[in-house]
Amino acid sequence: MTERSNEQWLAELRGPERDRALADLRAVLVRGLRVALRGRVRQGLNEAAEDFAQEALIKIMGSLDTFRGESRFTTWAQKIAVMTASTELRRKRWRDVSLQEVLDRYGTHSGESDRLADEQPTPEQLTMRSTMVATVQRFVDDELTDKQRKAIVAVMFEGMSLEEAARRMGTNRNALYKLMHDARRRLKKRMEAEGLSAQDVLGSIGEG
Amino acid sequence: MTMWNPDDLDKLVRMVAETREEEIGCDECFERLDRFVEMRFSGLDAAAAMPLVQDHLEKCGDCHEEFEMLLEAMRVSERTPTTWEQVWHFWSWIRRAFRPG
Repeated sequence: MTERSNEQWLAELRGPERDRALADLRAVLVRGLRVALRGRVRQGLNEAAEDFAQEALIKIMGSLDTFRGESRFTTWAQKIAVMTASTELRRKRWRDVSLQEVLDRYGTHSGESDRLADEQPTPEQLTMRSTMVATVQRFVDDELTDKQRKAIVAVMFEGMSLEEAARRMGTNRNALYKLMHDARRRLKKRMEAEGLSAQDVLGSIGEG
Repeated sequence: MTMWNPDDLDKLVRMVAETREEEIGCDECFERLDRFVEMRFSGLDAAAAMPLVQDHLEKCGDCHEEFEMLLEAMRVSERTPTTWEQVWHFWSWIRRAFRPG
């Protein structure tokens, strides 16, 4: 395959004889995706790589004007291909799971602690722990919106994909990240206002 | 209101402790990811040069997964042309060295 500069890639892809450049770019994307998808796609790896590469090529051709030349063109293109693939894989992985199921699942095992089963805490430690747990829980209930609490349970505790949780909550991943960041900031401010450091809290709840 | 598991509250407090006033979102991280990954491949300290990207990747599972996939995809592109170039150069050298006359 011919080595091309960024300028050459753009010129050829925009030019009348773009087929060769398109074919070369497709080859780059497919090669990269075959490796990136290993372990993430159970069957039909090659076909998946081809399909995602094709989908990515359409996006790339539609957004050539947004390429700012801050990296190599092929790196930028591979980024789009990886995003295309990962979005689709996540959608499939979480297809049959509703947000309510995830929240309900949490409801069935919340309140238990794995650690308590192994340790032999003293009565004082138990009291301190339950006081601190209740305190943090109170901060959560006071400072956070219902949406923020749901997002934290689904994404942080139950490991749901941020993108998939966002979709089900009628928003996008960027906005949901910002919502969760705001939640963390509020809790941080509240803890500081109450004169509690993270160390104070962690030392009481867990192993510090 | 469901009471949260102490282990999860622990996890939450750890995240709270690492919370910065300014954090970038997924869109901004994606925008800068190609530059970040290329810095890594160049042997530069990408985390120090782009700390907000590094921070986001540590906090966002989806973006972290995409970052890892891009790294793996890049390893193929970074390696393959160089390997074949080396093979080609070596073969050319062999042919020149053993050319009769």
